[in-house]
Amino acid sequence: MDRRFDTRVWRGMVIALAVGVFLTVAPAPALAAEGAMLDLPWWGWAGLLFVVSFGLGIVAVLGGIGGGVLFVPVVGGFFPFHIDFVRGAGLLVALAGALAAGPGLLRSGMANLRLALPLGLIASIFAIFGASIGLALPDHVINFALGGTILGIVVLMLLGRKSELPEVPQADRLSNALRISGVFHDPYREKDIDWKIHRTPLGLVLFAGIGFLAGMFGLGAGWANVPVLNLVLGAPLKVSVATSKFMLSIVDTAAAWVYLNAGAVLALVAAPSIVGIMLGSVIGARLLARTRASVIRVVVIVLLVAAGSRALLKGFGI
Amino acid sequence: MARRFRKTFYATREQLIYAAALDFGMKAGLALLVATFAVYVSGLLAPHVPIDELSGYWGLPVDEYLAAANVPRGWGWLALALTGDYLNFVSIAFLSGVTVVCYARILVYPLKSRDYPFAGIVVAQIVVLLLVASGILAVGH
Repeated sequence: MDRRFDTRVWRGMVIALAVGVFLTVAPAPALAAEGAMLDLPWWGWAGLLFVVSFGLGIVAVLGGIGGGVLFVPVVGGFFPFHIDFVRGAGLLVALAGALAAGPGLLRSGMANLRLALPLGLIASIFAIFGASIGLALPDHVINFALGGTILGIVVLMLLGRKSELPEVPQADRLSNALRISGVFHDPYREKDIDWKIHRTPLGLVLFAGIGFLAGMFGLGAGWANVPVLNLVLGAPLKVSVATSKFMLSIVDTAAAWVYLNAGAVLALVAAPSIVGIMLGSVIGARLLARTRASVIRVVVIVLLVAAGSRALLKGFGI
Repeated sequence: MARRFRKTFYATREQLIYAAALDFGMKAGLALLVATFAVYVSGLLAPHVPIDELSGYWGLPVDEYLAAANVPRGWGWLALALTGDYLNFVSIAFLSGVTVVCYARILVYPLKSRDYPFAGIVVAQIVVLLLVASGILAVGH
């Protein structure tokens, strides 16, 4: 039964990849010519951005990923805004989502302040470097690297594994010194679960890299935070997902200031995106229980492959 | 106050205080953003860059945009804060400043309990965020 389900999911993934590549390549020559872009007034683009962000907000929640990782490649690839402004808006979108989710996650104990703060400090310092360097690089380099990163995320999603409750035989010295441990209530198991982490120094190094990429591309970094928290540090999956979401409020704040100070924020791009994706997230959360995760996973992968390939083609000047 | 943020089995007191500050800041920031954007698109305040002409600018790299639209870098936008478009920067800066306020709000707790490593992390993060917000921490420009 499981094997048959796996086969169906994999078949869906392959079709998704093919559709994604087709969606990217087919309109590319038309979109490449500036004049061939939709000729909309400012309010038309703002409205379209709101609608697309609203849709991305729904898909992001259902797909279990942050809005920023979908927003930057999709809007950067298919809207007329320069990638500098899209990355600025992408960071604000991810920041707003994290700010909105943070209070509930912290109160429930799912997100853990002691786990998030040391990692967030390192990641935010490197996000500042990433954002500064990203704004200084030529467009084609950014598009090329963004496309490569997004397609890398797709591979991570296809191959990545998760562990509900990783085994941590012994907490390491650094996590002991920082008192990183906790208890959370798992309603499905109907019990409280104690957790601790190990390999903290390695986690700090990995979060430096994650912060750099998040800042450079204006992406929320949940796609990388969760595997590192869960598989490397050994935090339970639910704690990893919640802490990752909360951490974005720290890391993206740092990078957002770089974009704001550089002037890489346009109100007409940022505001409809933030409001759209947040409203979409609310609807997405309501639909969550009624939607099949495997179907949404295919939709997310189609979007990421299409947008990532489009960014890659832009990087090649196509 | 102490009763409101009493430590629970799952969340420490400082975590609950952080959550309360974050909740307030997020709601206030989003309300402000909706309000300032409504002012912008309704034309109640004249924008610095005429909204009908924005499509001529939004495809430019940021450096070219700033030069073409005569927009200052860093906190220079404060001088334009009473224009429809840059009024939105007030709410965006507010949202970007919420986290540092949350950190400042909890700093006293690790200090009281002599948890100096954790206090050091909180202080370091506040310093990093203040430096980057000030525009001092940035490379490449």
